[in-house]
Amino acid sequence: MNTAFEKSVPGRTGCLPKRPVETADKILPESLLRSEPPRLPELSELDVVRHFTELSGRNFGVDSNFYPLGSCTMKYNPKFTEDVAAMEGFAKLHPILGQLPGTREWVQGALRVMHETEGLLCEITGMAAYTLHPMAGAHGELCGALLIAAYHKKQGNRKTKVICPDSAHGTNPASAALAGYKVVNVESQDGVITPDALAEVLDDEVAALMMTCPNTLGLFEPHLEEIVRLLREKDALLYYDGANLNAILGKLRVGDVGFDVVHLNLHKTFGTPHGGGGPGAGPVGVSERLVDLLPISRVVKEDDGYHLRYDYPDSIGYIAPLYGNFGVVLKAYAYMLRLGREGLERVAEHAVLNANYLRKRLEGVLEIPYDRICMHEFVASAATQAKNGVHALDIAKALLDKGHHAPTVYFPLIVKECMMVEPTETESLETMDAFADDLIEILARAENDPDSVTSAPVSMSVQRLDETKAARDMVLTEDLAEKE
Amino acid sequence: MPYIPHTPDQVRRMLDVVGVDSMSALFADIPASMRPKSFDLPEGLSEDAVLTRLSEIAAMNETGKASFLGAGFYDHFQPRAVRALISRSEFYTAYTPYQAEASQGTLQAIFEFQTAVCRLFDMDCANASVYDGGTAIFEACMMAVRKTRRTKIVMDEALSPIYRRMLSTMTLSLDIETVIVPHASGASDKAAISAAIDKDTAAVVVQNPNFFGVVDDFSDVAATAREHKALTIMSAYPVLASVLKSPGSMGADIVVGEGQSLGLPLSFGGPYLGIMTCTKEMVRQLPGRIAGRTEDKEGRTGYVLTLQAREQHIRRAKATSNICSNQALCALMAHIQMCLLGPEGLRRQAVLSMELARYAQARLTAVRGVDLLNDAPYGNEFAITLPRPADEVVAALAEQGVAAGFPLGRYYEGLDNALLVATTDKNTPEQVDRLAAGLKDAL
Repeated sequence: MNTAFEKSVPGRTGCLPKRPVETADKILPESLLRSEPPRLPELSELDVVRHFTELSGRNFGVDSNFYPLGSCTMKYNPKFTEDVAAMEGFAKLHPILGQLPGTREWVQGALRVMHETEGLLCEITGMAAYTLHPMAGAHGELCGALLIAAYHKKQGNRKTKVICPDSAHGTNPASAALAGYKVVNVESQDGVITPDALAEVLDDEVAALMMTCPNTLGLFEPHLEEIVRLLREKDALLYYDGANLNAILGKLRVGDVGFDVVHLNLHKTFGTPHGGGGPGAGPVGVSERLVDLLPISRVVKEDDGYHLRYDYPDSIGYIAPLYGNFGVVLKAYAYMLRLGREGLERVAEHAVLNANYLRKRLEGVLEIPYDRICMHEFVASAATQAKNGVHALDIAKALLDKGHHAPTVYFPLIVKECMMVEPTETESLETMDAFADDLIEILARAENDPDSVTSAPVSMSVQRLDETKAARDMVLTEDLAEKE
Repeated sequence: MPYIPHTPDQVRRMLDVVGVDSMSALFADIPASMRPKSFDLPEGLSEDAVLTRLSEIAAMNETGKASFLGAGFYDHFQPRAVRALISRSEFYTAYTPYQAEASQGTLQAIFEFQTAVCRLFDMDCANASVYDGGTAIFEACMMAVRKTRRTKIVMDEALSPIYRRMLSTMTLSLDIETVIVPHASGASDKAAISAAIDKDTAAVVVQNPNFFGVVDDFSDVAATAREHKALTIMSAYPVLASVLKSPGSMGADIVVGEGQSLGLPLSFGGPYLGIMTCTKEMVRQLPGRIAGRTEDKEGRTGYVLTLQAREQHIRRAKATSNICSNQALCALMAHIQMCLLGPEGLRRQAVLSMELARYAQARLTAVRGVDLLNDAPYGNEFAITLPRPADEVVAALAEQGVAAGFPLGRYYEGLDNALLVATTDKNTPEQVDRLAAGLKDAL
């Protein structure tokens, strides 16, 4: 379909603010002004509404499709939290009001939300304190890695390395590298970290181990206690990648077992929509010995109300301009209030039940490299099918034709022809059965009529797209396209 | 059970299929010694009860007051159609478009957003956004360091101090030297900035309008940077970019900005939108998601995420950045805003905001003891000096229900008596009159 730029009609306007009485050149010298207005689309309001309504029809979303995208926790997000975020008392609040004498009183509600959210997250994970500032999970990882660096610096430790397992999210090594660390890999044995493998790479230079548990294979790490002990011996810290927290709510608190830093993906675990790739929120929790290092500001409750405090001399400083993605935090807060203790524990139970059920339904038809009780997700492999020329990607595309979003494919990198399935707790038995039946039918065709699978998808607005051409031609804006 | 569909009978059947006798057996891998020491959370509430409680908490906030706070975050008019369109669940309940064929809506919208911000700033390429304007400056500096293999960043002190503080935190452990060039009474000292650029400089970072609201032409700074093979990074204010000389035409290599002003709610600090654009030469250094146009096998136009080989999920520790998700829904919001307003609507927002600032300047400097901090050209924000500490004046004005502005002494030594005042198209002359009257009383 045409872009908004192609639909543009010179001179047409959509929604104008009241007319200004002056033009810009009466206000500023001409040398500071642009000669031509920017060539943005010129459309009516209805043009715009139709354009984006049509675009929305070319998208899968959780509200319309099963979306078992592993490691992304695409669960149903309740609608009422949107109403909360849109409340005028929150949406219209200028952030700096919280920092000024006299206007701080105008933001007591917002500060209360942040303070209570921090308290809830501390109780859920067993950490001593949280910062809500990181604006996404990966941003939380960077914040965590900086906290680790600051801790060792304060202790006078010389530490240069961070260990990331081969089953880690790709952001873990990237974040550690960005914080100035050399990244050391530890290979999983039978899908998990063993004390022996860890001991081989663990030396005095190691600042931390970044762990995901359950890991990206959907497995709980069985040697956790021993791993904690080994790291403590070297005064190395333990970082917990909380992207998979959905699986352990009420079942394990990372603070209780010895983790020092944890980031949470509020948009995954605590029910806020993923927005086509954001915004998210990635609060970071720390154990007692790192509390003074947290970014500023911090919200404190005093007799006369809530305050933003900045006087923490050991703080790493500003990781965000303000207080993080408050709108997302707000939705997570409302979600936690709605579910409460029992509801949150039930999230973990049903997420894990659903993943195991779907694993069982597929174990006869797809290779399941680690076929044992999994947590909220599991990994399957299309290696057998690939021998016939039908790859994980083809199966993914064929699923789209059946109205299901595909699982995550080719991740984690350590499993060949990997398909990572995460049904989440909000999916019904009927939906999972329909998905399994459709997948089984596709796998049968992969054997009998492989072309019908490799030619998928056929029911979307476009057929299989040429990614090589996109990278080679690099048409990244409408302008460049016109020049060709 | 909220949001969980299974009946007790279905749970039993599923446990049978899995081959375990109870829900707790699913968690047998977690040893008893590691179970939570406590999980002392409140009981769940009904939807109604949560909404009631949150309405009460929202009412503890005061949003109906006249506000002249800017400092990088501006409340501009947003047509209601924006919220209606981004509330379409096909947009907001989707995720990163990993399956392009089922995500053409998101991908085309990103492609169009990239085009729109490139046209606004006169640049070649853009990504699908990063977290905020400050993150964008940090990522831009990292691009420059990689591209030039140099480690010195020259930075205007009139660049947002909030962003400068973010940058120093994020580069704590990196081998990067930052040289801050002092401002001249709120104006950017371009001669001193140019003089600080040398053969070791990776990039020079400036902002237009700068933190004091001053509008400038940084062409000379960019030319000096080019002579030294250093890059020019500029942070720009998108709404004003519709009328100001464009960063691209001044010769900037990387242009970033906080996209909040493009119709995003203030929402007490986020989510906002980091805009990142660059020249063609820099595109392989550009972090984050980028949508590219391509074809399907029938020759139909379609869109995919492209240049992914430089990203963290493939390159891990060697990636251009650790950024994984972006602010896609915020980018969509900004793009819809730009489509609805068009070039004329944006221009009117900019001019209205700047006009009202002139009115405010006239009214405020008419108060005895109040002067402009400098007489440099400005956009919709300007700094005044007061005969008393700005903090005290702000507190006094707050009692009259007016947020008077941003006390510059918070971040700038020696400017305790200076106040930064911003206006947008949502402020009114009547509000300005109240501010002026209040200021007169307070002094």
